[in-house]
Amino acid sequence: MELLSPTAIAKKNALAVQEYAHLSARSIANLFRRPLYLADIIQQADLIGVGSLPIVVLTGTFTGMVLALNTSATLQQFGSLSLTGQLVSVSMVRELGPVLTSLMVAGRNASGMASELGSMQVTEQIDAMRALGTDPYKKLVTPRVTSTVFMMFFLTIISDLVGLVGGYIISFLLLGLDTFQYWNSAYQALKYNDVITGLIKPLFFGFIIATVGCYYGLSTRGGTQGVGRSTTQAVVAASVLILAVDVVLTKLLLSFA
Amino acid sequence: MAASNHLPIDTIHKTIIFDDVAIAFEDQVVLDGISFELKRGETKVLFGVAGSGKSTILKLALGLMKPDRGHIYVLGHDVTTMTEEELFDLRNQVGIVFQESALFDSFTVRENVAFRLMEEKLPEDEIEKRVREALSFVELEHTMDMLPSELSGGMRRRVGIARAIITHPEVLLYDSPTGGLDPITSTTIIELIMKQRDVYKTSALLVTHRLQDGFTLATHRYDPEAKHMVPLDGAVSRDVHTSFLILRDGKVIFDGTAVDLGHIENAYIREYIS
Ligand SMILES: Nc1ncnc2c1ncn2[C@@H]1O[C@H](COP(=O)(O)OP(=O)(O)OP(=O)(O)O)[C@@H](O)[C@H]1O
Ligand SMILES: [Mg+2]
Repeated sequence: MELLSPTAIAKKNALAVQEYAHLSARSIANLFRRPLYLADIIQQADLIGVGSLPIVVLTGTFTGMVLALNTSATLQQFGSLSLTGQLVSVSMVRELGPVLTSLMVAGRNASGMASELGSMQVTEQIDAMRALGTDPYKKLVTPRVTSTVFMMFFLTIISDLVGLVGGYIISFLLLGLDTFQYWNSAYQALKYNDVITGLIKPLFFGFIIATVGCYYGLSTRGGTQGVGRSTTQAVVAASVLILAVDVVLTKLLLSFA
Repeated sequence: MAASNHLPIDTIHKTIIFDDVAIAFEDQVVLDGISFELKRGETKVLFGVAGSGKSTILKLALGLMKPDRGHIYVLGHDVTTMTEEELFDLRNQVGIVFQESALFDSFTVRENVAFRLMEEKLPEDEIEKRVREALSFVELEHTMDMLPSELSGGMRRRVGIARAIITHPEVLLYDSPTGGLDPITSTTIIELIMKQRDVYKTSALLVTHRLQDGFTLATHRYDPEAKHMVPLDGAVSRDVHTSFLILRDGKVIFDGTAVDLGHIENAYIREYIS
């Protein structure tokens, strides 16, 4: 590990932020420029959406179950067990559905993008693509960003639904709540603002996952070791950024309530 | 020899012009005032020890990196002042074979070679025809559906050549196409490069560690009837389509024909070519 002066480190970080911002801006700008790589978008959507489905269904279900168990313990003390559905649905839709789904997809796809583009970078395939007259930002980055944003939206909805089902399974089997009671309170509890918040968040998170993954991939240096480093950093950076942006978004969207 | 002094740049006779180009990585100066010209239809062979900046010259010519100083003209365009967006069009007229092939490893050989044509959205049957043509040029038609990882190093180089030539670019840049290959495969590749030079009249920069590659190019021509190379009759000096350039410590220490090279007294060059 080489030693750097604090100013050198600050400079390096400022440059990295600048490059990341540049990549993000370009990935959006390319949406309005030809060619639009539709086949690549569909391929990525399949990889991200269909590929992440099992893991999203599993985490969603278990989270819903755990929510039901935890809240029921508290609710029972106040004799209001019937509110379980309400608590599960609000927590799931506002917060846990979007955040857990994006953390899962970050672990799976931000790392995947970083390692794929990273290997391409260190084996000169990115340079080869540029040399062949194709813009890697258009061909590689924009399709990944588009399909991640698109897919995160639907994956989150699925996660919310299976979370509610998970909560229902626990409520019905272990807590003895009846079906109508659970679903009715779950449905009644949701306000317009909850739903909007829950559906806007994944769009931002999806954007973070793909741009961070691609950024670390394309800035990979130093052979296979560098690819490993980029992959890890991409997941860490994407996860932290998701949680930080979540705070800001939650605050902002609450002010519209 | 500052090209900027006699604008407009002579693009009829010169395809690539380096004018006082310098580049450094961190604190290491790699190129320090490089100037040379590549004439139309000429193949210039670049020599220099490992790390002397040969690959860097090719990447600079394509605008893949920018020099710290100087100008580079390719087909009349100053690549040092162009944006990446503008460069994409120019790069379509230039082919490059990378030192480590740089084939797309998740694409088949067919998709690699067809890459440019697919980007241009040509009709399927047209692509198929031209891929076959390019692959038969490098005698690798049977590898169409294989992945690059299933090929040998020499085969990968030849696929790299096929990918570069498929659009018949005006300029070709070969980075060590014979590096680490056996003499027979090397000769096959040199013959391909000669065929490009003599049949398609392509201008080219060729980086190589084997002096022999340069001399073979300077002393042979491709015979399209016999479909192989034949020695040039008469003096070597008749061939003006091949020239040599030697780099040392970031400078050009020799730029001329094979005959000139034979007459040079410089001790380093004598040692290099012995
Ligand atoms: N992207 C880069 N970052 C940092 N240094 C670089 C980079 N590219 C090249 N260099 C340095 O520039 C010098 C010249 O590299 P280059 O690849 O052009 O050499 P070369 O003449 O092609 O060598 P070889 O014959 O081994 O292929 C080397 O010392 C290398 O360390
Ligand atoms: Mg090299």
